[in-house]
Amino acid sequence: MNREQIMRLRGLLRKESLQIVRDPSSIAIAFVMPVVLLLIFGYGVSLDAKRVPLALVIEQPNDDTASFAAGFFQSPYFVPVRFATVQEADAAMETRLVDGIVWLRSDFSRQMLSEGNAPIGLIVNGVDANNARLIEGYLQQVWADWLAKFAATQGLSLKIPVQVDVRVWFNPAVMSKDFLVPGLIAVIMTLTGALLTAMVVAREWERGTMEALLVTPAGIYEIILSKLLPYFVLGMGGMLLSVAMAVWLFEVPLRGSLWLLLASSSAFLLCALGMGLLISTVSKNQFVAGEIAILVTYLPAFILSGFVFDIRSMPAAVRLITHIVAARYFVTILQSVFLAGNVWPVVLPNILGLVFLAAIFLGLAYRSARKSLE
Amino acid sequence: MDAESKISPADSRKYTEAALTLESVSKGFRAGGRTAQALERVSLAVKRGIVTGLIGPDGAGKTTLMRLVAGLLAPDEGKIVVLGIDALSQPQHVQSIIGYMPQRFGLYEDLSVQENLDLYADLHAVAPVDRSSRYSDLMRMTGLTPFTTRLAGRLSGGMKQKLGLACALVGSPPLLLLDEPTVGVDPVSRRELWAIIHRLVEERGATVLLSTAYLDEAERCTEVILMHSGKLLGQDDPAAFTRRIAGRTFQIFAPGISKRVLQERVSQAAGVLDAIIQGSRVRVVTEQPVAPTAAALTTDNWEVTITPVAPRFEDSFVSLLKGAGHFAQASPIRAANASPGASAATAADVIVVRNLSRRFGEFYAVRDVSFTVRRGEIFGLLGANGAGKSTTFRMLCGLLPASEGTLQVAGLDLRHAAAQARGHVGYMAQKFSLYGDLSVLQNLCFFSSAYGLKARHQRERLDWALDEFELRPFADATSRDLPLGFKQRLALAVALMHEPDILFLDEPTSGVDPLGRREFWRRINALAQSGITVMVTTHFMEEAEYCDRLVIMAQGRILAEGTSEEMRARFRSDTLPNPTMEDAFVALITGVENRQAGAAA
Repeated sequence: MNREQIMRLRGLLRKESLQIVRDPSSIAIAFVMPVVLLLIFGYGVSLDAKRVPLALVIEQPNDDTASFAAGFFQSPYFVPVRFATVQEADAAMETRLVDGIVWLRSDFSRQMLSEGNAPIGLIVNGVDANNARLIEGYLQQVWADWLAKFAATQGLSLKIPVQVDVRVWFNPAVMSKDFLVPGLIAVIMTLTGALLTAMVVAREWERGTMEALLVTPAGIYEIILSKLLPYFVLGMGGMLLSVAMAVWLFEVPLRGSLWLLLASSSAFLLCALGMGLLISTVSKNQFVAGEIAILVTYLPAFILSGFVFDIRSMPAAVRLITHIVAARYFVTILQSVFLAGNVWPVVLPNILGLVFLAAIFLGLAYRSARKSLE
Repeated sequence: MDAESKISPADSRKYTEAALTLESVSKGFRAGGRTAQALERVSLAVKRGIVTGLIGPDGAGKTTLMRLVAGLLAPDEGKIVVLGIDALSQPQHVQSIIGYMPQRFGLYEDLSVQENLDLYADLHAVAPVDRSSRYSDLMRMTGLTPFTTRLAGRLSGGMKQKLGLACALVGSPPLLLLDEPTVGVDPVSRRELWAIIHRLVEERGATVLLSTAYLDEAERCTEVILMHSGKLLGQDDPAAFTRRIAGRTFQIFAPGISKRVLQERVSQAAGVLDAIIQGSRVRVVTEQPVAPTAAALTTDNWEVTITPVAPRFEDSFVSLLKGAGHFAQASPIRAANASPGASAATAADVIVVRNLSRRFGEFYAVRDVSFTVRRGEIFGLLGANGAGKSTTFRMLCGLLPASEGTLQVAGLDLRHAAAQARGHVGYMAQKFSLYGDLSVLQNLCFFSSAYGLKARHQRERLDWALDEFELRPFADATSRDLPLGFKQRLALAVALMHEPDILFLDEPTSGVDPLGRREFWRRINALAQSGITVMVTTHFMEEAEYCDRLVIMAQGRILAEGTSEEMRARFRSDTLPNPTMEDAFVALITGVENRQAGAAA
């Protein structure tokens, strides 16, 4: 870089910093938006079933059924409601008053310790498959626990062949929050990064200043660099804030190193900022740029990154598309670094993927920026 | 170097003699499968060391030409050489030596005046040692010295424009491109800007290429390039343009005859190219340099006086366009709107405004404004952008409540009966507010149903609109694709669908070429003849001549009220024996500013 280039770049950077300080919109995107989204999603979205309304139908109440039912009333996972007949419970299920029915038949006490016939009927609302499976699992656990306790107090030997012993790796408490929050950070940073550059460049087009900038000796790479550097700093600030919230507010463990986290975040932020620059060459209007950013960066990041929906269970064509979704690599990296630690065989290929994508997005933005007045 | 290899030695002298050369340059823009030709085989040369004006109405191709020269666009064909450099192969090189001010000045509103200057000085790599002298030079030239710490967004339109100019000049460019620098700025600031530009050329020998849609600015340029719909109409000294029509311009006066009737009659006469209203007279451009006879002008035995007047640039532009067959003689306009409720005979006050104010926070957009408009009158609100015209208008249409004062439209108080009053009012908004995706007929249908027109009555009005405004051939055309003049006609038709007795026109002719403007005013005149009251805002000073009475507004207040002749007469002096409307306006504004300065001191 020669002296003139340095002078131009310094001028552009100073201008950009002054604008950041005086116009609160980019600060809002970088800091307020991640905080708000993380709070909403962090507290609102949960894959754990809690306080599930459950219908309890006991055809012939006795000591055994009372003791079994008590288990439900104590459980944090269920809110049981008593119904006299199965028909009434069915009606409640149809109106979604309850999500499941536990039906203790009249021969409950007789059948409970014998093999073959089930004394308990369970009907689960399968509309929400995820919830249904959780209820089923919880009920089995409650049943097994109660049986074991019952056998112990009666001095009987249990005829259940296998005692299930579940161990969950990486997320010992099976808290979906620990798994969700790192993924959320990736999704939120996708939107933040893309919006920062897309909106800021669109604003220059809208106000006619881009036209004036282009007719100065400043080269297109100087203009792009002057947009990347300040918003990279701002984006990293938002990233650190999100990580701090994850660790201290949501109490997600950070098992890997912070340096690895920062390095991969840098690669990812370049991708997101590059996408924003690319969007700004398509749309010169802040409103449209914002819409496009949400549509082509945020939604794919939410759906196709493996953050909630497992990529392996997607159709082959969709799996192929996920490879150009930068958040896909970052979700994997964040989940590993937060929950498992520095697992290099997982982290390294994903960082390379991010670097590759960043180069593509920035390259495309550079190429299309020149032609953008047409 | 690349550029030299492309330019042969024989050509190089030609290219270095002129500051700028275009050789058969064409440029089209594709949109929706069609190509709009912005420039068609334009060839021209801009001389060094003078101000060249690039003049033409909106859509003439001025901005495209500027952007091509600045290397922002590449031409489809042709060659552009700027200061001896090929703009096509070396746009960056061109950009490093020219100064360019785009239409909206290219300023950062949240940066201060000084910070904007610093940015452009950095971008042009002005050496730090040179800066302080250059800054003080530019600030003195533009009069911005007291405002260096103010944010650019807080400057007035005229000051922004001067700062934009200062930023474009900070690299001391030998060639300065200014794209419509005077648009939307008040006449006083416009004059100041012209003074700065002329000083620049005289003191530094800079070359300036400036585009404008104001035809009256042609006379301020040393040379003029005249453009219309992508084509070059001519390039010459502005006096040469007016010389061509010497002896063909006259003023006609017929005492006791309405100026509108006179104009309508005269414009139909054989041998008359152009007839416009000027005060109580009609200005005429003839095909031949012979004074028309009274008998040739009218068949009504009126007592007509015909006086020769000096030609203006606009006269020559119009005669060039009409001579080139761009314009077919318009058919006479029939009694435009046979509204039974409106009769020219009753001279009742239709709009009464008393002590009207509108405050936004601490800021008065309109302050203590009073006027009345009589039935069948064309009443003008004249002022620069930000003078309070549109705010007054919105209050009159019942779109914005007044902070103080009373407003009556068609005898109805707008505070209590805004919706009822709106039924009497036709409103043509700035930029026409049509639905671009709907066809002409669909727009008419929609707006007429919005005003409650139904069944047979609606069909009759639709037929009326299509015939009266000659829109039938375009009934199924998408409104967005219509030429501006047709959009304007459609917007006027839409505003008249429900047969209002009052018509509000907000900047109706903005951006329309002079011929379209003439046609539009012919229709408005016919409407006024039929008894409709017309209220119009405009920042085109010459359009004041069409109004029966007008008020001039600045900073939310009324500075003067009366006929255009009265206003011009107020400022007649020995040095200015024949002041224009703009002269009167400038004198009024500077008078107020001097008083304010006097009060402050």
